[in-house]
Amino acid sequence: MTEIKNQTTFELTQVFNQPYKYGFQTPIESEAFPKGLTEEILALLSSKKEEPIFLRQFRLKAYQRWKKMKMPSWGNLEISPIDFNALTYYSIPKKKKQLNSLEEVDPEILKTFEKLGIALDEQKRLSNVAVDAVFDSVSIATTYKEKLAKSGVIFCSISEAIQHYPSLVQRFLGTVVSPGDNFFAALNSAVFSDGSFCYIPQNTICPLELSTYFRINDKDAGQFERTLIIAEKNSQISYLEGCTAPQYSENQLHAAIVELIAFENAKITYSTVQNWYGGDEKGKGGIYNFVTKRGLTIGKRASISWTQVETGSAITWKYPSCILLAKESVGEFYSVALTNNYQQADTGTKMVHLGERTTSKIISKGISCGFSKNAYRGLVKIGANAIFARNFSQCDSFLLGSSSYASTYPYLDIRNPTAIVEHEATISKVSEEQLFYLLQRGIPMEQAISLLLSGFCRDVFTMLPMEFAMEADKLLALKLEGTVG
Amino acid sequence: MKKNILTIRNLDASIEKKKILNDFHLEIAQSEIHVLMGPNGSGKSTLSKVLAGHPAYQIQKGSIVFQNQNLLDLAPEIRSHEGLFLAFQYPLEIPGLTNYDFLRIAFNEKRKYWNLPEVTPLEFMEVIQTFLQQLKIKEEFLHRNVNEGFSGGEKKRNEILQMLLLQPKLVILDEIDSGLDIDAIKIICDGILENISPETSLLVITHYPKMITYLKPDFVHIMREGKIIQTGNVGLVEQLENFGYDSFCEKLS
Repeated sequence: MTEIKNQTTFELTQVFNQPYKYGFQTPIESEAFPKGLTEEILALLSSKKEEPIFLRQFRLKAYQRWKKMKMPSWGNLEISPIDFNALTYYSIPKKKKQLNSLEEVDPEILKTFEKLGIALDEQKRLSNVAVDAVFDSVSIATTYKEKLAKSGVIFCSISEAIQHYPSLVQRFLGTVVSPGDNFFAALNSAVFSDGSFCYIPQNTICPLELSTYFRINDKDAGQFERTLIIAEKNSQISYLEGCTAPQYSENQLHAAIVELIAFENAKITYSTVQNWYGGDEKGKGGIYNFVTKRGLTIGKRASISWTQVETGSAITWKYPSCILLAKESVGEFYSVALTNNYQQADTGTKMVHLGERTTSKIISKGISCGFSKNAYRGLVKIGANAIFARNFSQCDSFLLGSSSYASTYPYLDIRNPTAIVEHEATISKVSEEQLFYLLQRGIPMEQAISLLLSGFCRDVFTMLPMEFAMEADKLLALKLEGTVG
Repeated sequence: MKKNILTIRNLDASIEKKKILNDFHLEIAQSEIHVLMGPNGSGKSTLSKVLAGHPAYQIQKGSIVFQNQNLLDLAPEIRSHEGLFLAFQYPLEIPGLTNYDFLRIAFNEKRKYWNLPEVTPLEFMEVIQTFLQQLKIKEEFLHRNVNEGFSGGEKKRNEILQMLLLQPKLVILDEIDSGLDIDAIKIICDGILENISPETSLLVITHYPKMITYLKPDFVHIMREGKIIQTGNVGLVEQLENFGYDSFCEKLS
């Protein structure tokens, strides 16, 4: 008797082809500007939003800068040309009148957020997280405003902040990321339509986690949101951002700016779980995520910590950075970037040490599957006056399958001899022997891979707020779900 | 007659087109202890990996029946659930995964397979405590990452802990003695014999005659060039110690 059997083989590539769960579109009437960007469009935007004169000038200046700029090409990215005149720069869900309470929000939109697991109505909210929900170009609702107001914390959409706290906005907007900082920052500064604003007064520890949830719904609209967080002396805040988008075969543009300002002894923790639609398995569609995020420490011992879990987007181009101006201030960057199919990520950080005894830490974990490209790009700069500055960087890449790329571009610019700068990098592949070990103990393939990967990312996940660490673990598992051959 | 738990017939297996197992036969009945010895490269470890379903090995011909099922039809994790346990010669390190989570997930996967309710992380603590005590392992062991930074002895003890937890029907010990000193080997062997259920069968791959003294096997097999060339009792070990593997050479056809 002769039996010939094929044994189970590890079909890694098939493990990752998991449909995007958030790819639905909300059937909603939207009110949008004509496509394209001109000074008239900007003026229309400003008058629509009844903006003060300083902001109109801010936009105009940024627009004039932007017109003279070119899209950067230094990233390790292949970007098909973007026709900026084919985009809609303002798209809002159509509404009859001013929204005063949640009951007046279009039920379709509430349903959308519900489907995304973000409950906005009082009963179902996360008990210790305040959420600002942004749908296309506008903020739909902000929860727990009153509770926050009691402790003096301002948390609202940036449009509201412009109306109600114009002097704060005027004082800080564009101080960390100037309107001409880079191509996408200039574009955002010209056309940003909404976003979140947080102000934590002195000696205040923000009683809730603050969170913004971004949703792009409209097919041709770009989302340009702007977040501004100010933490006064001795204050603390933890902030989380989440994002999804429907599944379209066209690419959508998301060009955001986040500015963080930390005064003396203040601590800002900013976490992102990004799950924009990343395109299909052939690389069609998906979000272009071109984001400028930067924090500035202007008081001594201030600390800014970025944590990001990047799993979506067709192209990710983002470098959450810290300008460590004040002495003894601290910058941290923890990142997990997972790319699959034809996704491309060029992400990392800049730690610019200007003050003395400033310290920074960078932990970056890149995971590439399919035909994706995943690059870490990081700059550590130690200025001439930054005596005894310290940096530690660790960049680990993990390759799954044989068609993906991982690269690391660490840049060092050190102008002070007392600096101590360390850099460690590893590239590893999923080990068939580790998988076999887990399989032998009865753990199925998909779960085995996801355990290996979340183990790989453990250092970063532990930096996320508790409930989001679990979310991130789940998200990673979800991204890896699929059929095993 | 005792019931066979494992029956291997006419098995040919290869890796990267190199034939390792050549018309291999072996039968193991319930609660029997078999020792498999043989020079390096004779195919002992290949056999253990083929049994556990390592994907790098191809089967050209033959059959393996494990508890009345065609083993070759079963995915590696199903083989595990059905009661096949391989204690690794070199247990793998899994960075970032705690031993506790690893053991709990493995335990729950098996329960799921047998339609039993999963246990919560809290309940699992009770489950695992019993085994820790049996093996005299400190609780701190659970909170370290799987095998990461473990000494050779700790890794092997962790294998035995997993074995007790999963209550297998057939245990394959692949050179569990490698990298251990003589005292550690005794501890491991005692740990196995004292704690294993009496119905469990053992297939012990070793180079080390001392293991055989501890384990008191029912059968000793000498393997060479991909097949068993001699089967006997503990007496075979004496011949081996005196005359070496070459003394069995003439049996090769």
